[in-house]
Order: sequence, then C-alpha cells, then structure tokens
Amino acid sequence: MIRSRHWFSKTGLWLGLFFLYAPIISMVVFSFNNSRLVTVWDAANSPTLKWYGELFRNEQILGAALLSIRIAAMTATGAVILGTLAGLVLVRFGPFRGRALLSGMTTAPLVMPEVITGLSLLLLFVALEQLIGWPATRDVTTITIAHITFSMAYVTIVVQSRLAGFDNSLEEAALDLGARPAKVFFRITLPLIVPAILSGWLLAFTLSWDDVVVSQFVAGPGSTTLPMVIFSKVRLGVSPDVNALATILVLIVATGVVASSIWMRRQERRREREIQMAVAANK
Amino acid sequence: MARIPPPQPPHHLVEGRLGAWWELFYRYGPPRWSFYVRHAWAGERLVIAVPYLWLLLFFLIPFIIVFKMSFSEVRLAMPPYAPLWEWVSEKAVDVRLNFGNYLYLLTDDLYFSAYLYSLKVAAISTVFCLLIAYPMAYAMARSSPATRNLYLMLIILPFWTSFLLRVYAWIGLLQNNGVINSVLLALGIIDEPITMMQTDFAVFIGIVYSYLPFMILPLYSNLEKHDFTLLEAAADLGAGPVKSFLRITLPLSRPGIIAGSLLVFIPAVGEYVIPSLLGSTDQLMIGRVLADEFFANRDWPVASAVAIAMLLLLMVPIMIFQHFQSRELAGAK
Repeated sequence: MIRSRHWFSKTGLWLGLFFLYAPIISMVVFSFNNSRLVTVWDAANSPTLKWYGELFRNEQILGAALLSIRIAAMTATGAVILGTLAGLVLVRFGPFRGRALLSGMTTAPLVMPEVITGLSLLLLFVALEQLIGWPATRDVTTITIAHITFSMAYVTIVVQSRLAGFDNSLEEAALDLGARPAKVFFRITLPLIVPAILSGWLLAFTLSWDDVVVSQFVAGPGSTTLPMVIFSKVRLGVSPDVNALATILVLIVATGVVASSIWMRRQERRREREIQMAVAANK
Repeated sequence: MARIPPPQPPHHLVEGRLGAWWELFYRYGPPRWSFYVRHAWAGERLVIAVPYLWLLLFFLIPFIIVFKMSFSEVRLAMPPYAPLWEWVSEKAVDVRLNFGNYLYLLTDDLYFSAYLYSLKVAAISTVFCLLIAYPMAYAMARSSPATRNLYLMLIILPFWTSFLLRVYAWIGLLQNNGVINSVLLALGIIDEPITMMQTDFAVFIGIVYSYLPFMILPLYSNLEKHDFTLLEAAADLGAGPVKSFLRITLPLSRPGIIAGSLLVFIPAVGEYVIPSLLGSTDQLMIGRVLADEFFANRDWPVASAVAIAMLLLLMVPIMIFQHFQSRELAGAK
C-alpha cells in the first residue's frame, strides 16, 4: 500500500523535475539555432555558434556583466558580514531590548515584494540626498546598498539555522578558559559556521546578480546591470543571443553547484572521521 | 568592568596640526588600534549595533518615508512631490496632510481590480505550487539519503540560474510559433496554435515555475523529519493509504505547507517581472501598476499610496510568516 503511494509521488517528482528543466534545456538547444526566429529550428545550418560570437562582441552586455559581477561580489561580502552578525546576535546573545524588532527586520525582507523594497530605498536615497547631500548620484553604491539590504536576510537565516544546530558548550568552555569573546568567535564559532557563511555568500551573490526590480528603482543613468539589459531586451521580444548568454550561465552554475556539493560532502565526511578518531583516542 | 583610561596617541602626533583628530582616532578608531574601545564599549553592544543600525536605516526608515510620501501632493519638479510641512514663519509650520492619494485609489477602478486580480493570481499559483511540490517533496523525503542529496541539488540548481532568464525561457515555449505549439501541431493534436502568451495561464505558469523551489524546500525539510513508522502502524491497523495520508502525514506537515505557501503567496502578489513578460496588458497586476505610476507617470505619492495599501493587504500573511519562521528557528535549537 505504502509502496503504491511512493510510486505516485516518485512520478510526481520526475514530472516536476521535467517541468523545472524543460525550459532551461530548450534555451540551451535554441542557443545553437541558426535562425533569427528564436523558436524555428533551422535544421540546415544548425548547430552553430554564431550567437555566442555575437554575444562576445556585444560591448553593452559585456560591460553590464562586469558591473553586475562587481556589484554582486561587494553585495555578497557586505551581506555575509552583516548577516552573520545578525544571526549570531539572534541565536547567541539571549534576550536584549529590541530583539523582537531585529528578528522582525531580518525575516520581513524574505517575503517583501520587490517593488516595495525598491520604491522605499529609492525614496530613502532621495531624502538623504536632500538632507545631507549624499548620495549625489545613484550608481553602483546605491545599488550595492539596496542589494545588501535584501540579501542579508537570507544570510541571517542560513547562519541562524547553522548556529542553532550547535550548542554553545564549546564557546562557553573557551570563555571559561579565559579566551576573549572576539577570540572565541574567530577560533571556534567562525570555523563552525564556515559552510553556512560560504553558502550565504553564494546565495547573496546570486540574489544580487539576478535582481532587476530593485536595481531599476535605485540605479542611476550610468549604471545598468546585466539583468536590466536583459529585461529591456526581452521585453521587446526574444533574441537569440540571450539564449547563448543563458546557456553560458547555466553551464557555470551547474559546474559550480556540482563541484561545491562534492566538496561539501567530502568536508563533512572528513569532519565526521575526525570526530570519531577523537572519540576513539579518548577512550 | 574596570575603567581603562583612553589610549593616548604619541606626542609628535598630538602636537601636529591634526592633533585633535588623532586623539579621536585613538579613542574611537578601529578596535585593533585601540585597546580602550575594546574594553570600554565594544563587544556585545557593537556587535548588536552594526546589523541593527543598517536595518533601521535601510529597511525601517524607508517605509516611514514611503508612508510620509503617500500623504503628499504630486508636483512638477525634481523630486516630484510637495513637502508635507513647510516653515511659514519662524514659529508656524504649515502641515499639509493630503488623503487624496488614498481616495484616488478607492475611486479609480483600476487599482481595486488590480489588487483583486493580484490576489487571485497569487492564490491560484500558490495552490498549483502546493499541488506540484507536495508529491515532489514527499518522494524526496522518502528516498535514501544519497539520492535525497542528488534530488535536492537538482531542485536548487535552477534556482541558482537567473530568474529572469528562466521566465524568458517560457516565452520561447509559449509563443504562437513556440515549442509547445509546434510539437502539438506536429503531433496533430491541434489544428491551429493556441494563444498562450499574454494570458492568465502564462502568468500562472511563470509564477509556479519560478517559485516552485520556495514551496518544495520548506515542505521537504518538514517531511524529512516525519517518523514513517507511524504510517506502517496505521497500515497494520487497517488504514488505507489515502486515510493514513489524510490523518497522519497531512496534519503533521501543516507547518511546512503554511511556510511554503506564504513564501510563494506574498511575493507573488507584488510580482512585477513575470506579468510584464508573460501577462496581458489589459489586466495589470498591482506590482506593475506601482512601477507604472512611478516610472511612467512619475507620480511618486500615488505610487507610495499603492505600496502602503499593498503592505496593509499583506500585513496579516507577513505576520503569520514571521510567527512561523521564529518558531521554526526556535524549534531547531
């Protein structure tokens, strides 16, 4: 009886995976299509790499991609620092005045509609400009600040759940032995949460790299990120070099995800082995 | 804690032109430089203050500004709104609270129908997401740990690729001369292409597709913790699979269902990219209306009023989400 339902949900899983991957696969396939009509397969002259060539000659896209990478890297770093601090405070610092507000402010951005975040940040920047003259122009800095604000929530959640998985006995032991709090953090807490920090960094990087709505609100005239370029291109209709771009991104992401999951599993196994050896040595 | 005197910068620095600045730097500079800071006021308070101040400045205060803006009047200037208060003379303040923007929202049919339509689209998409995600999460939770990780990776992988490009991919599939229509025509199932682009159907597909991982992951992390021997016990006692599912698995997975549904529903209400790319232009979703008011009409006050109304509408689901989220994290301890 249970087996039969298992069969039902297995089919559901595979259909769902097909649903998730079919559009991506079609993009990859059509990126090798010779025809300018994106969805008509020109069997005589395909597969071809001409859209890839076109992509690499498109300076607007390349420049926007570089800008996006720069913003995403800065965002991820900032979000990891702030998010880790917030996660640490929420899990380890016990009750303090204003804790509820902090925890509310860290989870609300997870579900906040992007248009609202974008609008509110732009209005803040305009108000700040009138009050103190900064930011004089809306550029990379304003985009990065906006991205850090909505992506640090994700880092906080990841760090929080990782920290909650450890009890604080190690940290307390170190404090009892006379280590200063900062030393305890860098020598004990930080190494324990490195996987969470790494995945938080990647998550923030992706969120920033991907964002179009918030960027559209807070970007100035000279700072057009890659998603903004794609969005304006795609609104006018499909274009084959976007397919080529998507294929390259999918390739990079797939390699990265597979490599990191292998690395993480290896790391996890090594840690388990070390713990076992330590336990055996103490017997 | 014993009071420690603030550190003093070396004499030649104090006597220099920037002496006062050096003293400040030594007192409040980066902790590495200043023993005093570390002992006198750093530590916990500083660690709390950094993320706190950031979120106050860039998350909470902006909402207050939006709220304020929703009461002001539009003006042809840069920035395009009239200030709420002005100093008339040294002692008198002229405050102009303008409820016109909200009245405008109530009287113009466009906004009301956009809100209703957004709620409808988000609700239907959430239900479809749940129907698709539940069997997937269930199958993942019931497979062996090694395959579980593989499935998890397969679910998360599309999420890492660009959201925008994944929505874009559906244009190629749904167009009149797109892949789906070509296949159906070639198979002889249909005689002429079905119009799928710029319909509600396309918007549902786009939302379900983009938000599916957000539904699967909370469901999976809930179902993974279930004790499946309960089902065996139920089977031994003569319950059929449907009955044991309805009586055991479904009630136990309620927190996962609620978390996943809210993670899909709330952002979907304000969705902007998906309806702009796949949806029709006759019936706008509220996120699109807000962006149009802002970018096309340059009416910042009305855009703010739309945002505040949307927030009020979503307040209850957001509160429920926060409640569950904090309980989930407290339970993980």
